[in-house]
Amino acid sequence: MPATTLAPHAITLPRPSFELVHATLPNGLRVVLAPDRSAPVVGVAVLYDVGFRSEPEGRTGFAHLFEHLMFQGSANLEKLAHFRYVQSSGGTFNGSTHPDYTNYFEALPSNALERGLFLEADRMLSPRITDENLANQIAVVKEEIRVNVLNRPYGGFPWLELPPVLFDTFPNAHNGYGDFVDLESATVDDAADFFRRYYAPGNAVLTVAGDLDPEQTLALIEKHFGGIPQRRVARRPNFGEPRLTEERRASTVDAHAPIPAVAIGYRVADPVRELDEHLANILLTELLSDGDASRLQRRLVQRDHLVTDVSAYLGEFGDPFDERDPTPLTITAHYPDAGSLDRILRGVDEELDRVANDGLAEGELDRVRTKLASTLFREMDAVISRSLNFAKFELIFGRAELISELPDRLSAISDIDVQQAAEALRPDRRAIVELIAGGAQ
Amino acid sequence: MNAPALNATVPALGAPRRARKLSTLERTLDSGLRVLVVRKPGVPLVEVRLRVPFLSARAAHAAKAALLSDSILTGTDNFDRADLAAAVQTLGGDIGFGVDADRLQLSGNVLATNLRRYLDVVADVLTAATYPGKEVVAERERLVERLTIARSRAGVVAAESLAKRMWGDHPYALDLPETDDVQAVTAAQVRRLHRDLIRPEEAVLVIVGDVSAPRTADLVAKALDGWTGAPAANRIPPLPPIDAAPLLLVDRPGSVQSSLRLGASALRRDDERYPALQLANLIFGGYFSSRWTENIREDKGYTYGPHSGIDHHALGSFLQMQADVATEVTGPALLETVYEMGRIASLPPTTDEVESARQYAIGTLALSTATQSGLASTLAALTGVGLGPDWLAEHPRRLAKVTLDEIAAAAAEFFAPTRFATVVVGDAASVRGPLAALTPVE
Repeated sequence: MPATTLAPHAITLPRPSFELVHATLPNGLRVVLAPDRSAPVVGVAVLYDVGFRSEPEGRTGFAHLFEHLMFQGSANLEKLAHFRYVQSSGGTFNGSTHPDYTNYFEALPSNALERGLFLEADRMLSPRITDENLANQIAVVKEEIRVNVLNRPYGGFPWLELPPVLFDTFPNAHNGYGDFVDLESATVDDAADFFRRYYAPGNAVLTVAGDLDPEQTLALIEKHFGGIPQRRVARRPNFGEPRLTEERRASTVDAHAPIPAVAIGYRVADPVRELDEHLANILLTELLSDGDASRLQRRLVQRDHLVTDVSAYLGEFGDPFDERDPTPLTITAHYPDAGSLDRILRGVDEELDRVANDGLAEGELDRVRTKLASTLFREMDAVISRSLNFAKFELIFGRAELISELPDRLSAISDIDVQQAAEALRPDRRAIVELIAGGAQ
Repeated sequence: MNAPALNATVPALGAPRRARKLSTLERTLDSGLRVLVVRKPGVPLVEVRLRVPFLSARAAHAAKAALLSDSILTGTDNFDRADLAAAVQTLGGDIGFGVDADRLQLSGNVLATNLRRYLDVVADVLTAATYPGKEVVAERERLVERLTIARSRAGVVAAESLAKRMWGDHPYALDLPETDDVQAVTAAQVRRLHRDLIRPEEAVLVIVGDVSAPRTADLVAKALDGWTGAPAANRIPPLPPIDAAPLLLVDRPGSVQSSLRLGASALRRDDERYPALQLANLIFGGYFSSRWTENIREDKGYTYGPHSGIDHHALGSFLQMQADVATEVTGPALLETVYEMGRIASLPPTTDEVESARQYAIGTLALSTATQSGLASTLAALTGVGLGPDWLAEHPRRLAKVTLDEIAAAAAEFFAPTRFATVVVGDAASVRGPLAALTPVE
């Protein structure tokens, strides 16, 4: 095959267009509809503007425990009824707790749309939380933490291990899955307080995407959510923390891990107020570790054979648009030789210096940008991901439309912007957590 | 927390709207490659799956196959490793290889407008991969490290132990290759394996996305015209019968949970009783509203999530059950599991249970094939067992017709606890006694 068929050509990123309909109910509930009648399925998502950063001291893990409690019955529904109604309609459901928000969602055949709206409205009105259900879900959450963290190598790494070193304040630094003592101390009254404070309609965004008629759907939303009383919504504090000025180091022992790992974290730009800087950071992370052509894969995996894998990303869980300030930038690696950490850090710093000082190769930013745009589109294919994404952008960035504008915004980021992003990741700005392999043979 | 009820009745379902019929084109190229193209607009992308049969009983095959899969993208006659990755990235694409006992599979996607050039890269990898010695050696080291990491997980140890218990020395028993075998593989062996097995004659290429089906089939024929030949002859041993008892306990000292795994043979998707077994499995433990989940999670809090499912392989299909439970309730969790298996094998389900499972099976089939990637992966898996888009289109009607009696009959035959191989990975000092009180333990 002649290699010329792959010569660089002018890059134009496809720009997806989505029809969006916005409304706000008198009780403050914000609504975004994204009609698309190509398949008879709908996604219903409700996002509440509260995540584990907002949980009270002494109640670590409460936001997540509360998410479980929202499935335990509600105003008109017994325990187990929510699951059964969704699934016997041919649909799926779930919920998840993030640093800055908590989501609840259903993917349904479109003939079950009204039922999905009813189910979400019923628990926004009033979850049914009893001592028995609370005790049951504390037990379930403890098993969730055991299977995902305590019984698993690299289980909480680095999302539970890095924040206490990288950040100073309780909201950012504490364990969002929760300490067992705190979980066991939770009461039904705690749940009532948390619900009153954070689960008001005015603190939520409802999104429906897929096979729907906007006018009829808005009427159904008013029918089911309109009667939920308005409640005062407390102003969310800003959780941002200033950039570090000197390097921090810590270590942690993982009893199951057979080889060591490292996480390097940086405090970086506010995604909402400094969006262009944030986009430059995203492009930098992709350029550093996405695929075999990326800088750190070539240097640390392919050339120096120092690490088994390396990954650079934004956000606690790798979604760069999931959090407000602070959204950390993290580089992680697993490596077979415990004595090679300093060489790995030197390699990372040298590669960042090369980007900052020598600039980018011809076409390098364009290919990274094209791949990133393609990844963003792909995430919008499933109707439920679309609902969740529009809701998330509406909640975090105030505008669901921003998703469609991202290809253009990314196209405006220059080589120099990415160089400056690399320049800012200096050794004195970082926190390092070394995972010691307690399970090494 | 109490509040006034608003709309006390749960809304009824509306009339279901039928999904649009898929526009599908199937063509077999001169090389023997089966090409299946489905036009599915949505996002401006194309999903690509290439499935190549890879089942072999030759010595250390799993190790060679894993290393091939890990190093196939490290260079071709025309590209070095980084240039190849950069070329795919430039197209807004992704390409990856994965292997299991049945097949090697290329999975990728690309901006629809760049499909032609993406297929050129795929053709280059299939016909001109070089497996440079240095790259293969480096990937071999990484594979050993990744296997070490994988085997430090209780779930992986449990899956491997169950596979060995179910399939003995059949290739299916090696879910992951043995480290010693991997260390002995050479670049020359990997190149030979590529020449022997990466051939179009029994392979299937599935393309789903925002494309014209006829034009895409032409593009494929042109791009892959240099990829020819039949795979080397290969003797496939039949699967041994599954040896059920006694329970195998694998010690993982200090484990705070026990990983419970059970497996037995099931029905293939083309068996006429399959839809009944599919619904019986949902009722037992295949979805959240199942008996097993409601019992050991929502009632007793023993586990985060139990699950049972039917896994389909080229040589047969299997019921697999898994739950990770707290160490101190390992005995009670097994007791409830065996109780629920015995109950569904002995007593018919209720009409409500059947209707719920039926709607869930029909609805989630539509949801899972409503995306380009979901449809592409589903079709690739179906082609691996000789089925295709017709099976997918017909399956909702088969599910709609299943009767309660058929489900009870399938459950009686397939869920009997005595049929299952059982493995527990956990802290043996704590759990041996409680398990031995219920069943013989090895």
